Amino acid sequence: MNNIKANRLKDQIFKYWGIACTLLGLVLLAIFIGSILIDGLQRIDWDFITSLPSRKAERAGIYTALMGSVWVLVLTTLIALPLGIAAAIYLEEYAKKGRLSSLLEVNISNLAGVPSIIYGLLGLEIFVRVAEMGSSVLAGSFTLALLILPIVIVSTREAIKAVPQSVRDASFALGASKWQTVARQLLPASFGGILTGVILALSRAVGETAPLIVIGALTYVPFAPESPMDEFSVLPIQIFNWISRPQEGFEVNAAAAIIILLLITFLMNGIAVFFRNKWQKKLG
Amino acid sequence: MTQQVNENIVDKSIKRVHKLEARGVKVFYDNFEAIKGIDMQIKANKVTAFIGPSGCGKSTFLRLFDRMNDYVDGFRMEGEILIDGENIYKKKVNVEQLRKQVGMVFQKPNPFPKSIYENVAYGLKIQGIKDKKFLKEKVEESLKQVALWDEVKDDLNKSAMALSGGQQQRLCIARTLAVEPSIILMDEPTSALDPLSTAKIEELIYELKQKYTIVIVTHNMQQAGRISDYTAFFYLGELIEYDKSKKLFTNPEKQQTENYITGRFG
Repeated sequence: MNNIKANRLKDQIFKYWGIACTLLGLVLLAIFIGSILIDGLQRIDWDFITSLPSRKAERAGIYTALMGSVWVLVLTTLIALPLGIAAAIYLEEYAKKGRLSSLLEVNISNLAGVPSIIYGLLGLEIFVRVAEMGSSVLAGSFTLALLILPIVIVSTREAIKAVPQSVRDASFALGASKWQTVARQLLPASFGGILTGVILALSRAVGETAPLIVIGALTYVPFAPESPMDEFSVLPIQIFNWISRPQEGFEVNAAAAIIILLLITFLMNGIAVFFRNKWQKKLG
Repeated sequence: MTQQVNENIVDKSIKRVHKLEARGVKVFYDNFEAIKGIDMQIKANKVTAFIGPSGCGKSTFLRLFDRMNDYVDGFRMEGEILIDGENIYKKKVNVEQLRKQVGMVFQKPNPFPKSIYENVAYGLKIQGIKDKKFLKEKVEESLKQVALWDEVKDDLNKSAMALSGGQQQRLCIARTLAVEPSIILMDEPTSALDPLSTAKIEELIYELKQKYTIVIVTHNMQQAGRISDYTAFFYLGELIEYDKSKKLFTNPEKQQTENYITGRFG
């Protein structure tokens, strides 16, 4: 009897400990978001989004940084998507399972864990200097594309792997070639999963600062980029720049910019969740 | 073990009736010998059933005829498989072309996660056929062949995943028929279905043999007895006995066969 009581007590203790642990993260995040909202919300208006940077805090806006982020996001997608998906298809459907492919697999997973500043150094050498792109949007996008490539590959492979073997069997049995099976069955069936992975990877890219600073993205650009070869800034760098200024007005600006950045990442994650749910229903 | 085949089936003089033929076939998965040397001839426009306990190699053997083992890691084959007298394991054989001639129906209904129409049209579309009218007619004809048309004709654009298991399996057969194969391989096509759906599929097989050569793997001895003209009993990678179904089920030559069909093992 005593034993049962003791066990029940332990059970209860653990339950509340678990609740406390769960809440800890959420509460901290809520406090953070709350204080940011209090600081920055009143600063957000259309002018803030469409204004160029300025030395006066109340006239400064995020237009150039926001446009820089959009440029980087689009170009990164265009570069990372075809590379990542093609690599994933090769590894999953074409490569013979053996020592070489498992070696590749382990290394790709490891690449996902390499600190982003290392990618920045790689990008500085290869894209900025050797390929002579300079500190351009294109160089930044290539660097971020490298950074998220492992994530795209891994999540695309997971999505393709989730398509039942029976679909491949059925397609082959009807006389389809491997490529036809990939293009007409596997990719459409795993589209939602691939998209989810890609969006999550991109939402990481949009928040990256270190590698872009390393390749020479500017903290102050008077104009939004108009071509891939233009110099640029991005939102996180703009925030970093404002935070480090002594005037109080810029702190408010930084908080407001953080809200915008958070909105963008939440929106992207939301879209990812939406597609994941839709996709699961379709396969089920 | 070679040439366990009954005399009246091994009849070299009338080669035409032998649609499928295996000559000294051995299959290895890495070092495991799954098929230990089988010679066999299968007649055209008949239903031939493969029976035997799990792991006896009957599914592996079946899948040799449309080369579906090719992608299995460690697969290796010796001997020859002939269709209409042509060795299908020769280097220059176009595997995709072969599989259009040899259809396959699987154990679990495996429709594509697409619409009913797309499922049936897929085999034709991958051949490059784009003519909408032709595709439509072919889809209708194929669905009628499996007696599914009346049940789905208003829902052709609905997902095939919404159909019942039995309907899905008939859809899979329709999909196979649409590419006009001459041979249909069936790997336990009713093992995942309820008795009513099973009866429908069996009826269908009976009708299909007018036009097609059918080879069916089954665990259900009654089913083999009901629908097949010939039955082959496999055990541990060998062909033990192969005869007219009536003979094999009522008066088998081998003790092992009798033990199996009377349920003493397996």
